[in-house]
Amino acid sequence: MKFSEKWLRTWVNPSVSTEELAAGLTMAGLEVDALEAVAPALDHVVVGQVVSLTPHPDADKLRVCQVDVGEGTPLMIVCGAANVQEQGRYPVAMIGAQLPGGLKIKKAKLRGIESNGMLCSAKELSLAEQAEGLMTLPDDAPVATPISEYLMLDDHSIELGLTPNRGDCLSIKGIAREVGVLFHADVTPPEIGEVPPAIDNQIPVVINAGEHCPHYVGRVIRNINPKAVTPLWMQERLRRCGIRSISASVDITNYVLLELGQPMHAFDLTKLSGGIDVRLSRAGESIELLDGQTIELTEGALVIADHAKPQALAGIMGGNASAVTDETQHIFLESAFFTPGAIAGRARSYGLHTDSSHRFERGVDPTLQRQAIERATQLLLDIVGGDAGPITEATIAEHLPQSGQILLRYSRIERILGRVISKATIEQILSRLGMQLVANGEGWAVTAPGFRFDIQREVDLIEEIARIYGYSEIPSNRPRLVAEMLPQPEHRIDLPAIQAVLVQRGYQEAITYSFVDPALQTLIEPETDAIALANPISADLSVMRTSLWPGLLQAAQYNLNRQQDRVRIFETGLKFSLENNDIRQESMLAGLISGTQDPQQWAIQAKECEFFDLKGDVEAILALTGSTDGIIFSSQRHTALHPGQSAKIVRHGRQQGGSQDIGWIGALHPAIEKKLGLPQRVYLFEISMSAITTRHVPRYRELSKFPAIKRDLAIVVDESITSQSVHECIRRAAPDMLTNFKLFDVYRGKGIDSGRKSLAYSLTLQNLERTLTDEEVEAVMSGIMQNLNKELGATLRD
Amino acid sequence: MSQALEQLVTEAKQTIESAADLKQLDEERVRLLGKKGVITEQMKSLGQLEPEQRKEAGKHINIAKQAIQNALEARRLSLQAAELDAKLAAEAIDVTLPGRGQNSGGLHPVTRTMQRIEKLFMQLGFEIAEGPEIEDDFHNFEALNIPESHPARAMHDTFYFDEHTLLRTHTSPVQIRVMAERQPPLRIIAPGRVYRCDSDLTHTPMFHQVEGFMVDEHVSFADLKGVLDDFLKNFFEEDLAVRFRPSYFPFTEPSAEADIQCVQCGGKGCRLCGHTGWIEILGCGMVHPRVFEHVDIDNEKYTGFAFGMGVERLALLRYGVNDLRLFFENDLRFLQQFN
Repeated sequence: MKFSEKWLRTWVNPSVSTEELAAGLTMAGLEVDALEAVAPALDHVVVGQVVSLTPHPDADKLRVCQVDVGEGTPLMIVCGAANVQEQGRYPVAMIGAQLPGGLKIKKAKLRGIESNGMLCSAKELSLAEQAEGLMTLPDDAPVATPISEYLMLDDHSIELGLTPNRGDCLSIKGIAREVGVLFHADVTPPEIGEVPPAIDNQIPVVINAGEHCPHYVGRVIRNINPKAVTPLWMQERLRRCGIRSISASVDITNYVLLELGQPMHAFDLTKLSGGIDVRLSRAGESIELLDGQTIELTEGALVIADHAKPQALAGIMGGNASAVTDETQHIFLESAFFTPGAIAGRARSYGLHTDSSHRFERGVDPTLQRQAIERATQLLLDIVGGDAGPITEATIAEHLPQSGQILLRYSRIERILGRVISKATIEQILSRLGMQLVANGEGWAVTAPGFRFDIQREVDLIEEIARIYGYSEIPSNRPRLVAEMLPQPEHRIDLPAIQAVLVQRGYQEAITYSFVDPALQTLIEPETDAIALANPISADLSVMRTSLWPGLLQAAQYNLNRQQDRVRIFETGLKFSLENNDIRQESMLAGLISGTQDPQQWAIQAKECEFFDLKGDVEAILALTGSTDGIIFSSQRHTALHPGQSAKIVRHGRQQGGSQDIGWIGALHPAIEKKLGLPQRVYLFEISMSAITTRHVPRYRELSKFPAIKRDLAIVVDESITSQSVHECIRRAAPDMLTNFKLFDVYRGKGIDSGRKSLAYSLTLQNLERTLTDEEVEAVMSGIMQNLNKELGATLRD
Repeated sequence: MSQALEQLVTEAKQTIESAADLKQLDEERVRLLGKKGVITEQMKSLGQLEPEQRKEAGKHINIAKQAIQNALEARRLSLQAAELDAKLAAEAIDVTLPGRGQNSGGLHPVTRTMQRIEKLFMQLGFEIAEGPEIEDDFHNFEALNIPESHPARAMHDTFYFDEHTLLRTHTSPVQIRVMAERQPPLRIIAPGRVYRCDSDLTHTPMFHQVEGFMVDEHVSFADLKGVLDDFLKNFFEEDLAVRFRPSYFPFTEPSAEADIQCVQCGGKGCRLCGHTGWIEILGCGMVHPRVFEHVDIDNEKYTGFAFGMGVERLALLRYGVNDLRLFFENDLRFLQQFN
């Protein structure tokens, strides 16, 4: 809501500066979003009158004017505007003036004739965005008066960012009411009398949807002058409130909307057939609106119809068929109360938002309709003339909003606000806000005025008290808390601990959008059903990610294209998928590496990273769980990954015995690498957070006092035998005394048959009770070897 | 001591002193003190002397031997020291060369900010709660007192999947989910991603919020002011002015908007604060009774406050970032500034 400060001050004029007024409004919850002067400084621009007009001898379109600006002799000014007339009064920019566009007025010669100033249009003075010809001033505009004084341009436009609960402040009247309360100032509304009917023309009004429109007031006005022009003062007030002048009758209804907050509509009387029927739309009805679009009405929409068809979308927009045009001489004026429930959401459902719907859905004062129509009638008669008929009024009393009594307990005020406020202060605040109070044992029974749709419960009244009393007057208190310790489950691994592992290993955390490009996602996970947004912001952000990889790949691409050739990034967040029509939202951790193993440095020779670098990072995260036993990297294919360098990460259940897929790791498939234009190899992993958020609480195991025996075992197996299977085979064959074993070498080449490889393990054997004998150690070693030979065809390396 | 013996000792000391290394020194030791060494030979020759002379001569030889031994030991020590010095000198390195290994990475500034917020509130016993990002209409709107036709819905620019399924527009639904399951006292913060269908210079379609609430038997607006005032001063590590002004959220009543004194101009007025000296930082208020009704919490027994803040906005102000979109470009040069 944008308004003119001067207009407001005709209603209520507290003795505070503009800035104080704005600050007061902001601190009362009517936030001032913008405060600006209504016009730039217009020095040396005055009201002038053209006393004589002669054609320019050398130019068809120019005329030479003698302009009286109150200085003894008139100024000779050459003017090109078509609408300049003898005796006409216009703003004159005299020599020395500087116009808002930067134009400096100097003595000049136009086609040989001296010109001592300039007659101005409203646009040239920044008083309108567009103008046709000069700005014509009324005949009583006093010559020589500075234009800023004449138009009272020392005014401000104040724009309020009103919250949806304050529909009552969407008018000068409403703001004045509020300002009166805030600054203890009297509100003096303009006198609005009753206009006696000059004719007895009426059309019938029937309300067939009382629940949505309990009150409808209308009036016929005949013989208006469709060519009448909106007076300058009204145009200026509208402009300062952000409304463009259109035509006199439209301007007047807009003026009343701004002044009183009552949206009104004028119909062309001759286009209405029969009378007004306020009703719900029927199946198949449609309407062409003022803005030219035709909409199909959903059944049950509130419309203003005549006896033939809907003529307006009630409270939202009028129809084209009965619109007032510059030919219209007879009008029917509407001033109605539509309930917020009837309008709320309706305009939005048609993609519309109008000044009218904005007010009705927030709540218009249900007692305002008669006053508004009288105000509009008077203004119409003054400006466009005509003969008013009597007011037609239809009311469905039982559906008018009832202001119920709200119980306000004195004790509750302190309990909510944390501050004792005296009863006298409370009574004073609420009364000033127009509430009626009846004191009772606990506090008061309060009746809120009809225009305060937001006051429904006790807390609403408490907020009003706090608001007017001032939030700054409520103390800041540090609450006293019960010293209760919160549990710290030791088996839980917090996200920061997981992030720390990756950060220490050189990863940067990335945050990418949860919605991604479906084309990219399909490359990566063609089988998973992605969930599509109904109203995406753009096509490349239109489906929910089924993996964190698309986002990380894009981030990698972004950086690799910007001279960052070493990328290590990770992200945590939800992935989304549809499973049997159920939405699944799973928390994931994903990472991506590309470029050298280490940052470039003198002491380590640069080497491109590979699968095992990433696997080491993943294992470090898995190690947070206290035990990586039962976690298997199983060679399996994934659409997004290199078929020879990809693994599914599986956890074999500790208790249940079942196994659970917890993630994937691998090199990006070269085909995808190429499609994305990535200049180098990229490795990715993704694991389910649920697999890494719990750990075992450590449990002590006794240390042996006896020496450990270390033995190396080098075997030769076929290439197809995985490290994992050798590992499992050793584990199965070894008794408890094998306390540790590590793979320390993988060798292919000279001395090993092609198609075979050598694996070398270091085994540690130890017993808790005694030193192991050579015989025992030999027995274990040969047992392991036999098993390896039997199950995997392994031979000892010579 | 005989002149010859003295001569021998003097010469021995000279040769010992000129031994270039431990090996030469050892050869000298053998020549002088070895089984066939000069001194040993002298000792052997004692037998040829008269007994009364023998004692005296023996004493002199021993003195000479002792002198040679001392000289040998001294030279040995000095040679050893020199050898060590040489070894150390050879092993000297340029300690200004950079260390070896991996650089550490870092957290995203939004995460960093979120964790900072969490830490501050956890000191007051707030617990962290999370909720789904694909939400239903009930938790995101209805239960928060924003019915279907409410004008406040237009402020939310919601991403929808179907009529009732949407991307949460705030983390406030977590408030509903927690309160529906647990009874007060409750002190919870809910950080997370939120989504609004809006994208321009100052809006990204995804951003982060931290929602918080405290519900107990005697929680008042004064407590809300105290806790948030404390939070803002500690978050910015400055004794900033904080002001609360009336606002409107369907799920709180009374509602407030908290402003801080502009962190850039200190309240004098600049472009960042739109020349007002104040920066809007968070929304808050007392939990609306209708919200309590939706989750079966006794309105008469309990009161509570709730607040919500935009994490990117706090990060922007805290770290002086001037473009919101940087947060989601994931440019390493940007991210590394927060390591």
